[in-house]
Amino acid sequence: MAQQSDIYAKGHRGPIAWFRSGEPMIWLNAAAVSICVIAVLGLILLLAVRGLSHFWPRNVMAVTSSYQGQQKPLLGEVVEQVQVSGEQLSEAGIELQGPGPFYGRSLVKQGNRDYLGSDFVWVLDEQMSDPSWPRDIVVVERLEWGNFYGQLVSVEADGEMLADATQPEQLWQAFQAQIADTLEVRKEIHGIERIEIGAINHQMERLRLRERSLQLDGQLDAAAQVELAAERAELDARYQALQSQLQSLYQSIQGASYSARLADGRVVELPVAKVVRAYQPNAMSLWQKCAMYLEKLWEFLSDEPREANTEGGIFPAMFGTVIMVLLMSIMVTPFGVVAAVYLREYARQGFITRTIRVAVNNLAGVPSIVYGVFGLGFFVYFVGGELDQLFFPAALPSPTFGTPGLMWASLTLALLTLPVVIVATEEGLARIPKSIREGSLALGATRAETLWRVVLPMASPAMMTGLILAVARAAGEVAPLMLVGVVKLAPSLPVDGNYPFLHLDQKFMHLGFHIYDVGFQSPNVEAARPLVYATALLLVILIALLNLAAVYLRNHLRERYKSLEN
Amino acid sequence: MTDLAQYIPAHRAKLRYIKDRLATVSITAGGTGVLLAILLIFFYLLYEVLPLFGSAEVEPGVQHDWAGEAPALLYVEEQGEVGLSVSAGGEAQFFRVEDASVISRRDLAAGHAPVTVIARDSAEGRLLALGHGDGEVTLARHDYRVTYPDDGRLITPSLNRLYADQVLRLGSGAVRALAVSDSNNGLLLVADLDGAGLRGLRYNREENFLTGEVTLEEEVLQLPSLAGQTAALYLGAGQRWLYRLDRAGYVTVLDISRVGDDGVVPIVATEPLFEGGGPLATSAMLLGNISLLAASEKGELAQYFMVRDAQGGNRLNRVRSFDTDGAIATQLLPEHRRKGFLLIGRQGELQLFHTTAHRRLYAAPLGIEGAAVAAIAPRGDALVAVSGGVLGQWQVHNEHPDVSWSALWDEVWYESYDEPAYIWQSSASNNDFEPKYSFAPLAFGTLKAAFYTMLLAAPLAICGAIYTAYFMAPALRRKIKPVIELMEALPTVILGFLAGLWLAPFIEDKLTGIFTLLVFMPVGILLFAYAFSRLPLSLRSRVPTGWDAALLMPVVVLIGYLSFALNDPMELTLFGGDMRLWITRELGISFDQRNSLVVGIAMGMAVIPTIFSIAEDAIFSVPQHLSDGSLALGATPWQTLVGVVLPTASPGIFSGLMIGLGRAVGETMIVLMATGNTPIMDANIFEGMRTLSANIAVEVPEAEVDSTHYRVLFLAAFVLFLFTFVFNTIAELVRQRLRSKYGSL
Repeated sequence: MAQQSDIYAKGHRGPIAWFRSGEPMIWLNAAAVSICVIAVLGLILLLAVRGLSHFWPRNVMAVTSSYQGQQKPLLGEVVEQVQVSGEQLSEAGIELQGPGPFYGRSLVKQGNRDYLGSDFVWVLDEQMSDPSWPRDIVVVERLEWGNFYGQLVSVEADGEMLADATQPEQLWQAFQAQIADTLEVRKEIHGIERIEIGAINHQMERLRLRERSLQLDGQLDAAAQVELAAERAELDARYQALQSQLQSLYQSIQGASYSARLADGRVVELPVAKVVRAYQPNAMSLWQKCAMYLEKLWEFLSDEPREANTEGGIFPAMFGTVIMVLLMSIMVTPFGVVAAVYLREYARQGFITRTIRVAVNNLAGVPSIVYGVFGLGFFVYFVGGELDQLFFPAALPSPTFGTPGLMWASLTLALLTLPVVIVATEEGLARIPKSIREGSLALGATRAETLWRVVLPMASPAMMTGLILAVARAAGEVAPLMLVGVVKLAPSLPVDGNYPFLHLDQKFMHLGFHIYDVGFQSPNVEAARPLVYATALLLVILIALLNLAAVYLRNHLRERYKSLEN
Repeated sequence: MTDLAQYIPAHRAKLRYIKDRLATVSITAGGTGVLLAILLIFFYLLYEVLPLFGSAEVEPGVQHDWAGEAPALLYVEEQGEVGLSVSAGGEAQFFRVEDASVISRRDLAAGHAPVTVIARDSAEGRLLALGHGDGEVTLARHDYRVTYPDDGRLITPSLNRLYADQVLRLGSGAVRALAVSDSNNGLLLVADLDGAGLRGLRYNREENFLTGEVTLEEEVLQLPSLAGQTAALYLGAGQRWLYRLDRAGYVTVLDISRVGDDGVVPIVATEPLFEGGGPLATSAMLLGNISLLAASEKGELAQYFMVRDAQGGNRLNRVRSFDTDGAIATQLLPEHRRKGFLLIGRQGELQLFHTTAHRRLYAAPLGIEGAAVAAIAPRGDALVAVSGGVLGQWQVHNEHPDVSWSALWDEVWYESYDEPAYIWQSSASNNDFEPKYSFAPLAFGTLKAAFYTMLLAAPLAICGAIYTAYFMAPALRRKIKPVIELMEALPTVILGFLAGLWLAPFIEDKLTGIFTLLVFMPVGILLFAYAFSRLPLSLRSRVPTGWDAALLMPVVVLIGYLSFALNDPMELTLFGGDMRLWITRELGISFDQRNSLVVGIAMGMAVIPTIFSIAEDAIFSVPQHLSDGSLALGATPWQTLVGVVLPTASPGIFSGLMIGLGRAVGETMIVLMATGNTPIMDANIFEGMRTLSANIAVEVPEAEVDSTHYRVLFLAAFVLFLFTFVFNTIAELVRQRLRSKYGSL
């Protein structure tokens, strides 16, 4: 082609001739590809930068903001900086001093929601003066009210001063020791509350259901009642013991507190019991920051969310997604493979099979929300309602399966991804040369044996591809799940130590829905946004890996049969 | 062969045979089962949707002899077990519906002059007003207390006088017509008295904050005297309009919230009710006391309500008329929970109507003799009528009267609206709310989102596909395709989240940059290309053929960067610093942050890979020798592409577009997150929309199971299902034809 374009170049040099050659159109087409690629890569880059930078312990700036003659000290992390036109600002009623036309504006995370009202504040750069980065600024991550920024004044335990600001080294060490102690106790409390008391509650509920079903069957006689009462009493006793244990644990951490100075000079006393971690970012070395970064990243991946999902980790959402996808795979694989084998190997090929094939293909294009509606109407209300009537009459009127839950969510997604598996498996079956089947049959194998020993093993990579594509699709699908079982905050994981261990009737959390919920339904969007970016990045990485696996398998499969065909 | 058999024991051969048969049977059963399960989706949706369009059914129950006096007014309570009848003389009796036995009896006229007229406050209200022969009015309320002693239901009716210590006298003549309205603010009575004309009294309720004592302050309404014989009086919702219907078929509307210069309540309108003229047969107020229903002696039946006209005045508007097949109504029974009503005809006809849906749901003879007085149960599921000494009861199956083709897709004139409109508003907090199920704004929003999506996605995807399939170097192609496939796998929730929280504020901020980008991008690329073609051959040949796209990437990034970097100065010089303000102020176009532009870009990202893959596949599979021949004949590569390759691949490109469109139509999360989800009908690119799919996602979790709302949402899902299924089928058929056509080449 290089030579051809030269032919035009030789005779007619000039823009018009160049234009006529069609060359510009080719360039424009090439640009379309470039734009698409840049859009994808840019999007992923955006997610990565925004999501991963959240965990970095940023330096905390102390600055004086002055506006209309009033001076106010301000302490916080600069999260974002933008340029705004003067007109827009005056429109909003802000008095400007600088010449304009554009003004820098910074979003400062000042934390201390309990004292200042809001975590974030926009400040015009021209209003800020004397920035400094004092080394003794402490950032305290808390269970409630978001981050705390300030200077540590003293640490007390049970009203006794352990250390104060005259000895900053000791003060800091005492503070960290206190935090470590309370964390240890809190872990224990958490264990008791979640696991042991959770188990007792679960057994109580089962007891109640047993009583009710005995009552329904008319077998609730005196003997049964005595037995039930005895069991209940035993559970009650265990519960009381745990309660008193909890109480003493709570008491043991209540005494510890710390005093800190806010930016405006107020000194406040806060409980150590609510502290997650504390650090002094301005005093940290790069290595310490890296370690802190990894610690926070690990917390994000392994911890439970706190503060209405805007802080903490996303482990339950990840867990829910994985469990749901696993269940879906267990359901979709056999059915999809059987349907594909039937269509390709057993059904008589003709108009009807062709029609079915087109229909199955098209189902992949039916909007997912339609599946969600179907799942809600058919699975949840119809099938679930019937199941409740048949098997769980004791729990009525509160529904067991007649309400959105894990099982219906996986089933709905299994239906949604069925076409993907069928199409991929069929494609794999179609690629297997006929001669191989004939060879097997000629050697005396039955049709079933040929299928089981020859055809299916050869088609297994295709099935895997189908399954992986199905999993990738299911992991990213949110719209139907919103109708059939996902919630913003599940009280417990769908798998735990209580019988029957896997709770199919429970609602669960999901990464995709987490993104939607935290990003759009959260009361404190500004605080939650970085976490949503991080969650989104995690989901993209997960799905990209699954897709790459599918691509690899597909190529591998093609290679394998190329050699067979030759 | 026979030798072979001796190596295999007979029982093993049999076992293998059985296994084989078993496999065949189970796979066939499993396969068909799965395929049937897929079919189930279609049929289940249909099954949920069909009841919406069925007509009503009325099933007669047992009839009993009616022992008491013929009722002038009949009422049935919630459960349809206990009824109340009030005779023209004021004799009230509660009776059991199942056997017409009397529970209790009370003479409401006792201690007063004879009753001349009985009125109710509204279709669903339980306030009775009795006009007496001496101009006095008495009020009573009937209530039903439900208790569950011994696991059974017991309904205890009671009838209590209201304002018993107050003498409510409107004048001295006998009351001929009466209207009553009781609200928290006070009681309003309007009556037509023999010899005295219209009289109105308002009792304003005032509560003493300290003692909690309620006092009534009387206020006399000065009503004008009107000609003709009053047939009925009605008070509208909010105690503003007074409707007076006369026997000749004229209606007079008075604005009782105002007083004219002469101290008299002004008349707003006086007009004939019926197009065909004729005396008034009967009338009623629809649920909510906004709409008036009137039937003429000639069989005309129409609905009216007050609307504001362009001049700001008010007029009574005839909203819609109903076809009664010539039946002349003796009674119009408004339903208690819906904007529907029943018509009882002179010849004993029973007809069921719904106003919003403009539907007649049922028409058949009632099956009892003579002129009946009837009542519909509050749930709308039972009808009770007394006629000629017989109490009849009917079961009414009329679950979904409020949906019809015209209610879904046409403009509907809703109550309290000044003109017909397309509106989706499925629920509200009040009980007498008129649900507005118009699919038009949702369908419009869906198509609007799809349109702006395709506007961005179609050119980018097709151009990209053309280049990738036809011009790109194979090595580069192998790298580009996975990237595009990765784009396809991006969960839409992430695209939606980025669109809503990052792109929407970004675009609002850099609006000028977006438009500069649209101009700069093609121009910049062409300039670069031209400059490149002017480079010496030695330099140009360093770039291998088909790597232009890679060469362009830095150019695209640079142009993008420049466009947005220049945004602020451009905005300052062209639009005074803020383009968004300029658009709203100078152009008068409203601007939402989450608008169609944002949706177009975000959903474009979701749709581009779909179109790209299919189109690329189609172009790539055009046989090599076709383009080789064209090139050999001297055509340039571009000419070959336009003249040979594209026509051959066009069906494939078309099918890619169809599938892309299907995806854009059904996409939920992006639209849900990137728009404000307001159901408006406006093509403005700077405003949002609500699509069918987002609407389902928002409303289904709250809809009551099997209610009309629930089924309407299923209908929306069904529409989406059919739409995408049809489009995908067309695309698939086109693609198959293409394959069979060029498979042989």
